Amino acid sequence: MAECGASGGGSSGDTLVKSITLPPDEVFRNLENAKRFAIDIGGSLTKLAYYSTVQHKVAKVRSFDHSGKDTEQDHEPPYEVSVQEEITARLHFVKFENTYIEACLDFIRDHLVNTETKVLLATGGGAYKFKDLIEEKLQLTVDKEDVMTCLIKGCNFVLKNIPNEAFAYQKDAEPEFRFQTNHANIFPYLLVNVGSGVSIVKVETEDQFEWIGGSSIGGGTFWGLGALLTKTKKFDELLHLASKGQHANVDMLVQDIYGGAHQTLGLSGNLIASSFGKSATADREFSKEDMAKSLLHMISNDIGQLACLYARLHGLDRVYFGGFFIRGHPVTMHTITYSINFFSKGEVQALFLRHEGYLGAIGAFLKGAEQDNPNQYSWGENYAGSSGLMSTSPELCLTQRARSGTFDLLEMDRLERPLVNLPLLLDPSSYVPDTVDLTDDALARKYWLTCFEEALDGVVKRAVASQPESVDAAERARKFRQKYWSKLQTLRHQPFAYGTLTVRSLLDTREHCLNEFSFPDPYSKVKQKENGIALRCFQCVVRALDALGWEERQLALAKGLLAGNVFDWGAKAVSDVLESDPQFGFEEAKRKLQDNSGIDLILGVFPFVRELLLRGTEVILACNSGPALNDVTYSESLIVAERIAAMDPIIHSALQEERLLLVQTGSSSPCLDLSRLDKGLAVLVRERGADLVVIEGMGRAVHTNYHAALCCESLKLAVVKNAWLAERLGGPLFSVIFKYEVPAE
Amino acid sequence: MPAFIQMGRDKNFSSLHTVFCATGGGAYKFEQDFLTIGDLQLCKLDELDCLIKGILYIDSVGFNGRSQCYYFENPADSEKCQKLPFELKNPYPLLLVNIGSGVSILAVYSKNNYKRVTGTSLGGGTFFGLCCLLTGCTTFEEALEMASCGDSTKVDKLVRDIYGGDYERFGLPGWAVASSFGNMMSKEKREAVSKEDLARATLITITNNIGSIARMCALNENINQVIFVGNFLRINTIAMRLLAYALDYWSKGQLKALFSEHEGYFGAVGALLELLKIP
Repeated sequence: MAECGASGGGSSGDTLVKSITLPPDEVFRNLENAKRFAIDIGGSLTKLAYYSTVQHKVAKVRSFDHSGKDTEQDHEPPYEVSVQEEITARLHFVKFENTYIEACLDFIRDHLVNTETKVLLATGGGAYKFKDLIEEKLQLTVDKEDVMTCLIKGCNFVLKNIPNEAFAYQKDAEPEFRFQTNHANIFPYLLVNVGSGVSIVKVETEDQFEWIGGSSIGGGTFWGLGALLTKTKKFDELLHLASKGQHANVDMLVQDIYGGAHQTLGLSGNLIASSFGKSATADREFSKEDMAKSLLHMISNDIGQLACLYARLHGLDRVYFGGFFIRGHPVTMHTITYSINFFSKGEVQALFLRHEGYLGAIGAFLKGAEQDNPNQYSWGENYAGSSGLMSTSPELCLTQRARSGTFDLLEMDRLERPLVNLPLLLDPSSYVPDTVDLTDDALARKYWLTCFEEALDGVVKRAVASQPESVDAAERARKFRQKYWSKLQTLRHQPFAYGTLTVRSLLDTREHCLNEFSFPDPYSKVKQKENGIALRCFQCVVRALDALGWEERQLALAKGLLAGNVFDWGAKAVSDVLESDPQFGFEEAKRKLQDNSGIDLILGVFPFVRELLLRGTEVILACNSGPALNDVTYSESLIVAERIAAMDPIIHSALQEERLLLVQTGSSSPCLDLSRLDKGLAVLVRERGADLVVIEGMGRAVHTNYHAALCCESLKLAVVKNAWLAERLGGPLFSVIFKYEVPAE
Repeated sequence: MPAFIQMGRDKNFSSLHTVFCATGGGAYKFEQDFLTIGDLQLCKLDELDCLIKGILYIDSVGFNGRSQCYYFENPADSEKCQKLPFELKNPYPLLLVNIGSGVSILAVYSKNNYKRVTGTSLGGGTFFGLCCLLTGCTTFEEALEMASCGDSTKVDKLVRDIYGGDYERFGLPGWAVASSFGNMMSKEKREAVSKEDLARATLITITNNIGSIARMCALNENINQVIFVGNFLRINTIAMRLLAYALDYWSKGQLKALFSEHEGYFGAVGALLELLKIP
């Protein structure tokens, strides 16, 4: 992390650190092309946002130009794979203490290459104070933006774009964090921002919000009174004291007044009747911890009470809390949640945001980017580049926190295409893609984390092997290993760091890390080879299938779909026929086909699709937008389909007549989130009146969507290739899941 | 309390009466002591019942020919501020805010129909307790005396301190308190304030908060007259005027803050009335 040239000052921004050595790929990443800066300067923390392009290596596939030639050449691959540079857009956010502002500005100035940016949008109370410094250092004009507007804009953005952004907190519950599914419609909602003071804002639409009330008893009160009473100067230290205190020594409780017989008032004896009520009568000194705790309760209860009164007046039942007073600190979240539950009798829910510290910076950024219309895009959290929740938690030992909490990062990738719900979901508002919640299920969590740790070596090897011409592949792979390993360790200790922990999120994190170190598609060459071999087998397999009787063929097709090696045990009938065919190099093919992706698509899915087409069914074939493991991508599928069409008239005419359509899912994951699908796919599903959904593979049909309820018939297929999971689900290894479901009436 | 019970024993109260009507939390807490030490049997009465009966009775008999209730005209202006009587002709519905050590807020719909709406633990006890800790004072009177000489704007962070003036976007005037004790986050400012300033800030903070909660309750319950009673307001004109002003300002004149001459005695009066019922 950062080493300081001068010692950091106190929380009131006394001294500025003049120089720090920052490892560039750790903190201010992708800075050279950064444009559109926005900054949110609070009382003690600064959040800097910038928009930048990231160069990625992407494996692109392209058809060879055959111009009518016959494709029976053995050694020629079916298409060419080339590695190209692709530019994607990414939002970066960096959070650091105000003491480091000058040093950070210097760093940015020294590394920034792009000179197009002329304006920087600033918000937050501190924007006043540092305006001149910023203008001087970065040679930019600082435009001030209203802090509440930025906050709301930021809040809307995260609620809409980051899955599992909001959560409810319950101390001592299993799990402590309950992440909320994102609703399509987030309005209206109440946002209670607890900074120095409290602002209560009702947000009606994207652009309409109203300050409906507030309170002067907020974080500033806690800090100010706390400093006066306990002589503790730092906010986090006060919270730490509070977590150890016993407030009943300082507060007057109902039972202190009633001596136990409090039922007449209908109140519990433990309720605080008067905060600090005992500090007037006793002569003794009170401990710092007890006073801090009492103060925390006093303020949290007051905020909760007011929030409930406003919520009730406006008929709202969810209240989002943000602001530095909350800051993801467990004790504060607990007292606020308790207070809300108490004063609303359980009718109002207190919710917190994973990225609440960044709301202002996000909003300021969006304000400046309005002409680019960022809302037309979908965004995704980049797990490789984001620090995750609680990386600055004061619950960790103070010194450890001081070091690791110096810089906190959030990165969001701009996705090329907007993502929406699958129209066929029975109840989108309750849809949760993941089958197992690892934040909840400790045994499962331990298993999967270990599983991914153990698999890391193999992944690294494959990554290196996929780029044999590259000089630095080994070095990059080593960095990838380090990064992913540390993510796994973070998740071991803080499973909730990125929202709900699932097998999907572990897989996705791995993909993000691979991309990070320029391993966008380690399987591309393997897929290319497999596809080539599978294509050469296609016609034979189809002929063999056509030779079967109707019932035998249906069974063979179903087995072929199951991503198993069609020659081994899958479609025995098929392999029998092939075995007897002298022209078909059966043994050779069986030897060469290892990883099954080629078979999966070409020898499993396409014959199945062909059968459906023959029956008069229209088929939409949806594949991944981006590579994940060895799954076929949309671009690969286009080429494969083209090659198959050249061999098979049924597929050919279906493509021509648009009875067979190939689309992308919008996903770059081995799993599938049906609430975030490519809009094009959703539109097509609706237009064509799709009435059967087939989901194939462990990632898409078991780790996710196993319990997904659709409003049409569905088929979920997979072979369980993981022993632990098989046992969990109640069957032996290599069990087949072939789940046909009809929607309930 | 122990001294009082002892006195009752010494003066043989038990020979005068055998029934002693009592209300409030202490009626339960000290019941045993009264019995064993003072030989006095307490007839415990519900505190809120007594409070309401007491208020309604006292209002009905008036105060030396005048109304028991009053309000403030021009509460913010030290020169023009006037205490004017208010006849509680239509007492219902009424929001009753009882500020003792803690605060109870009741909605009264008729003589026998009322409910406890809510309460807050930031009450008189908090003001007094915090003052003792911050200034070393020992009596309530002393705390109030200090508060009357202090300047809370040194302690609190106002809207204008943050925005340089009014915050028009939200309609917040520059003089409004943005963060109570907010200036105390800074070491220099902590060293620059006096005990009087701290006492004043504590008073303002607690009072404004009570006013805020009362106002929200009034809105939620659809009641537009609010009466503040309780011993916190005894000789505490600063708090009363602040409540009057705050209620009026933030409700844009829709709510009226009322006060009562005998703010702290209603519970006892109510208990007395119960006693008089006993033959």
